[in-house]
Amino acid sequence: MAQLTFREAIARGIAQEMRRDESVLAIGEDIGAAGGVFKGTVGLFEEFGPVRVRDTPISEQAILGAAMGAAMTGLKPIAEIMFSDFFAVCWDIVVNEIAKSRYMTNGQMTFPLVIRSGNGGGLRFGAQHSQSVENWAMMVPGLKVVVPSNALDVIGLMAAAVRDPDPVIFLEAKALYASKMEVPDGDIVDTLGTAKVLRQGTDATVVALGAMVPKALKAAEELASMGIDCTVVDVRSLVPLDTKTILREISATGRLFTVEENPRLCGWGGELSSIASEEIFYDLDGPIVRITTPHIPLPAADALEDMAIPSVQRIVATVSQSMNA
Amino acid sequence: MTTTATVPVLDLEAKLELYRVQVALRQFEKRAYDLFLENFVKGTSHLSLGQEAIAAGFAAAMRSDDYTFATYRGHAHTLARGVPMTPVLAELMGRTNGLMAGKGGSMHLTSVEHGVMGSYAIIGAHLPIACGAAWSAQYRGTEQVAVCFFGDGSTNIGAFHEALNFAAIWKLPVVFVCENNLWMEYTRTTEITAVPNPAADRASAYGLESIIVDGNDVDAVYEVAAAAMTRARAGEGPSLIEALTYRHGGHSRADPGKYRPDEEVAEWLAKDPIPMYHARLLTEGATEAQLVEIELSVAAEVEKATEEAKAGPTPGADLLMKDVWADGGSAWRN
Ligand SMILES: Cc1ncc(C[n+]2csc(CCOP(=O)(O)OP(=O)(O)O)c2C)c(N)n1
Repeated sequence: MAQLTFREAIARGIAQEMRRDESVLAIGEDIGAAGGVFKGTVGLFEEFGPVRVRDTPISEQAILGAAMGAAMTGLKPIAEIMFSDFFAVCWDIVVNEIAKSRYMTNGQMTFPLVIRSGNGGGLRFGAQHSQSVENWAMMVPGLKVVVPSNALDVIGLMAAAVRDPDPVIFLEAKALYASKMEVPDGDIVDTLGTAKVLRQGTDATVVALGAMVPKALKAAEELASMGIDCTVVDVRSLVPLDTKTILREISATGRLFTVEENPRLCGWGGELSSIASEEIFYDLDGPIVRITTPHIPLPAADALEDMAIPSVQRIVATVSQSMNA
Repeated sequence: MTTTATVPVLDLEAKLELYRVQVALRQFEKRAYDLFLENFVKGTSHLSLGQEAIAAGFAAAMRSDDYTFATYRGHAHTLARGVPMTPVLAELMGRTNGLMAGKGGSMHLTSVEHGVMGSYAIIGAHLPIACGAAWSAQYRGTEQVAVCFFGDGSTNIGAFHEALNFAAIWKLPVVFVCENNLWMEYTRTTEITAVPNPAADRASAYGLESIIVDGNDVDAVYEVAAAAMTRARAGEGPSLIEALTYRHGGHSRADPGKYRPDEEVAEWLAKDPIPMYHARLLTEGATEAQLVEIELSVAAEVEKATEEAKAGPTPGADLLMKDVWADGGSAWRN
């Protein structure tokens, strides 16, 4: 057992897979000797050398194109896009090339690659370095989308993503990089497409993702002291989506609250609430309520950013109001 | 960059094969056009009529395990790597005996078993992808080379420049081939490009030699191709080759190409690579009978492929939901 930060867990997860499989390579801007802008790749360059851990120019299309070409010819690249907002300059490679090519070629090609990216707000970086883009990725047929909420899941889901034969977008909540937890020694391998029930309650089910998970847990504690007993589910994987676990937990309490960092329109909670309405409508005892970032670009000032991104207080207030209505 | 690669001299047999490939591409494309007008080929198609020497010359210089990256104008490059006509034609017609069972269509021809690693229809996107295949070959130490074809208009998109720099700094075994047919879609490329030679004039920005070749002369194409492949295999890095050529027809579908001046079209029709090569081969010892024999056998092949493609069943619903994922399915939830 060791105390590990979320950012250290990234490097540990990658290292675990690079030791196991020589075809796993890491590329990205400043990921080598510098150890990554968020220090998520510290130690990899020293252990695996400049051939397997390679710095790239500021060429996001080239980074992802290279990952795609390498994946279609037998390698398993892990490519970093420094901030997920930057997906906008290389989205063609992700959406039109990587995601569509297996289908278009009638299954002739597979793309066992992982694209990691720092995602979301909380760091006061302003609108172009703070957006939570999981909904961009989720809406693309052909992409798997993973968003861990703690160091242990980072390692296990990274291993699962690298071992998966399909392209995986691995979003690292920037707000969680410094978070810490006890992590067991040895190899850790998790399973894609599995949600986790982190707290079992009887009154309402709060479903959260990434940086919203610790907030949902905290809110659940406060709500408990107010007499509202919540289940908290960590989605972890948007595609594939573990609807079995999530719907079961919603049915058990009869209420669904989503906590989403993405701006409201077409956020993942919209899809989830549509699935719940279609499939477990008669298990619901009240309206489905989505707690999201409003439909705005994120502001830089701490006072404003804190108002925009769902907070523990907002979760508590929204859930308690709705439960007492 | 300064390697004087020794290029194997082609004997008559090899040259007859280059002739056969060009004739096959020509006759195939003409048939594809007819079938488009007859509504057997749906959607769109972009023909390489007039540009056959580039596909033929490069394919001849490639090893069977080398990689081809083509654009939506990719029928010729696919066939030149040895993919049979029937699956290509059937793909254009949306049949299950198509190369991708009808799921890709004319613009996305792919045959991994022949090294055709895809045809890409977003301008410029495949240049970085070709870098990736070359990076993989470099890492695996296989001495494979990736050859990436694109048009003159594609030199103005960012991905072109990202890929060139990337390939240069990593010394990747990739050969970039700009088929300069003077026009992007309906606009003359020199009108929208800062330099007269859209690829060659950019080479120096990436530390590469400026290479221009007559893209209508298959022997010349073969020579620059073989030299570039040799450099790439020897670890000397990428090449950027600009091959001057002209498309005989319009940009796509039934475009008559009327935006081009008649004199220009006439000038380039006079430089048609196939009659030119026909004449050259006669001076180099081939007989007219040999060449006619090739033309007739290709015609028979096209006829057969047309019948086989037309006889192919249209795809059923079983294919629709297949192969989004490596497990063969498309499930996004449990
Ligand atoms: C990113 C992008 N922009 C525009 C188009 C539309 N388009 C298709 S072909 C083409 C012209 C390309 O010209 P060129 O690169 O010279 O190739 P050619 O068609 O002559 O082979 C354009 C603009 C596209 N497919 N992708």
